[in-house]
Amino acid sequence: MAATEDRRARELHSTISGTPVAPLYTADDVEVDYERDLGDPGEFPYTRGVYATMYRGRLWTMRQFAGFGTAVETNARFRYLLEHGQTGLSTAFDMPTLMGYDSDHPRSLGEVGREGVAIDSLADMEALFAGIPLGEVSTSMTINSPAAILLAFYVCVGEQQGVPRAELRGTVQTDILKEYIAQKEYIFPPAASLRLVTDMIEWSARELPRMHPISISGYHIREAGSTAAQELAFTLANGFTYVEWALARGLDVDEFAPRLSFFFNAHIDFFEEIAKYRAARRIWARELRDRFGAQDERSLLMRFHAQTAGVSLTAQQPEVNVVRTTVEALAAVLGGCQSLHTNSYDEALALPTEEAARLALRTQQVIAYETGVVNTADPVGGSYFVEALTNELERQAYEYFERIDALGGVVGAIEQNFFQREIAQASFRYQSEVERGERVIVGVNRYVSDDETPPKLLRIDPALEQAQVERVRAVRARRDDGAVATALLRLRADAAREDVNLMPAIVDAARAYVTLGEMCDTLREVWGVWRETPVF
Amino acid sequence: MRKQRVVIAKPGLDGHDRGAKVIARALRDAGMEVIYTGLHQTPEQIVETAIQEDADAVGISILSGAHMTLVPRIVDLLRERGADDVLVVVGGTIPRDDVDELKRLGVAEVFTPGAPTTEIVEFLRAHAPA
Repeated sequence: MAATEDRRARELHSTISGTPVAPLYTADDVEVDYERDLGDPGEFPYTRGVYATMYRGRLWTMRQFAGFGTAVETNARFRYLLEHGQTGLSTAFDMPTLMGYDSDHPRSLGEVGREGVAIDSLADMEALFAGIPLGEVSTSMTINSPAAILLAFYVCVGEQQGVPRAELRGTVQTDILKEYIAQKEYIFPPAASLRLVTDMIEWSARELPRMHPISISGYHIREAGSTAAQELAFTLANGFTYVEWALARGLDVDEFAPRLSFFFNAHIDFFEEIAKYRAARRIWARELRDRFGAQDERSLLMRFHAQTAGVSLTAQQPEVNVVRTTVEALAAVLGGCQSLHTNSYDEALALPTEEAARLALRTQQVIAYETGVVNTADPVGGSYFVEALTNELERQAYEYFERIDALGGVVGAIEQNFFQREIAQASFRYQSEVERGERVIVGVNRYVSDDETPPKLLRIDPALEQAQVERVRAVRARRDDGAVATALLRLRADAAREDVNLMPAIVDAARAYVTLGEMCDTLREVWGVWRETPVF
Repeated sequence: MRKQRVVIAKPGLDGHDRGAKVIARALRDAGMEVIYTGLHQTPEQIVETAIQEDADAVGISILSGAHMTLVPRIVDLLRERGADDVLVVVGGTIPRDDVDELKRLGVAEVFTPGAPTTEIVEFLRAHAPA
């Protein structure tokens, strides 16, 4: 008994982000003015949710992220998920695609189709969506530096299927700022990247009224080891930066703000996560209205996708990850997400098998259809604890906004390694707490079991890499070289000019089967590449 | 006395550097000299750094799934350059079968998610003395 008490005494009772938490909250701990701070769901400041009816009106979109091998393998997984009741597609691209290299580039060796699907040209995109009518699904694409190119491929597939641009629905991640901050899949320097993002926002506002051209993402900031408050603050600060760039372009805030979307992590600290989403909605609505002068109510709504925390999954006793993912998914739902990805239990070991991916989807379906939590909007609203934590996260976010402003805004802070250092410190603090036994991870530093049977894992056939290399070479051999040269010349010329939107040149190049690597190489030549000074 | 020198390297195209940075910091706090290469390094660049820095060990952090291509290449290059006394350890999302194969190819140890930094520090102290 003594040993148990001793262990309990050592455990921390702050949130996993280190925010102190009291044993009890009462009316004395929380100052809330209902109209000013909460509002009904669907009412300013949207703390309680962006829609009046929330999940009674419509459930969140169950959107499982998938992608591996070549377009053919991923197309099969997409169809499998649609057959099992998934309601939206979400595409994971492989590292060479994310970094703007074709599959036959020397840097791509060993990486093709490993962490996602390899897409080199429009031909691959055609195969990826074969038999999937783009007018009937919404598609999310997790792509950032080359986002404009993948969006162009998608638009071209839509053209081939005869779907009007106005009917294409989905989300392109496009959030380059969090790449410099956390995920590090950048190619070009920040200013050039922001110009390209702004081109996408501007072009989409005119051409693709039902696409979200950007998903401003805290997910990767959190996965890199940040706290909840850092995720919240850095993500919203990035959002404000995109708004400022679009305004500087001459757009009216209400032309584009309704199509901005967000993506947050759903981590294991249940109430802190719920509070984070609620604080995010309130801050976004207030800043859009008061700082940026948005008039259209839709501009104020912070709609978000959530994904359970990959970083919380353990390689030890992986089946326990099902439980973690369930708790995290429930936090996202109680926090009012618009779409959700639940991780598979085997993802600390490899990309998920079909069975593991189906179980992850079933987890959402159980929450949606069996638990009853969908019947009432913001069911935790008014809890002394949740409201106090919501206020606290908001306070911490504003503290960070001031520090970021003092460094010259988000780009200045990136250049000075501010975010990278803050995240590295937070992540080291957490790891140290785990190692001292102050934080318990079941199966890792407590309840360790030695007799584990490893689960069956998805293996990516190494032959797929060679198949994809041959695919891209075949595309280059059969296209019209004159059209390719013309398209690349125009892309180069437009990239060098600040006053031209680059999207039309990219769409024309895509249509001529110019590859992603060729387009990115051209842009690298004009804009240069970004390198960070690593800090730890 | 010369400090133990460890190069923490990120080969491949992925940007998942949380683990690499936590390990780099833990080794530094444990009194080692740590050189972190930064992201997106080729095997050639990593081996060059290890030799230039006179490293006792190289810790390769890899989560891109390309470990079976990139890690053996680093081990081979070290051997070709006569630096096979440099201890090679790997950390990342590595399936068990691949762990065995990497060890067979000359990797001293593979640390998968959840491995405590103290274990890594102790391993390097025991197997890669200055």
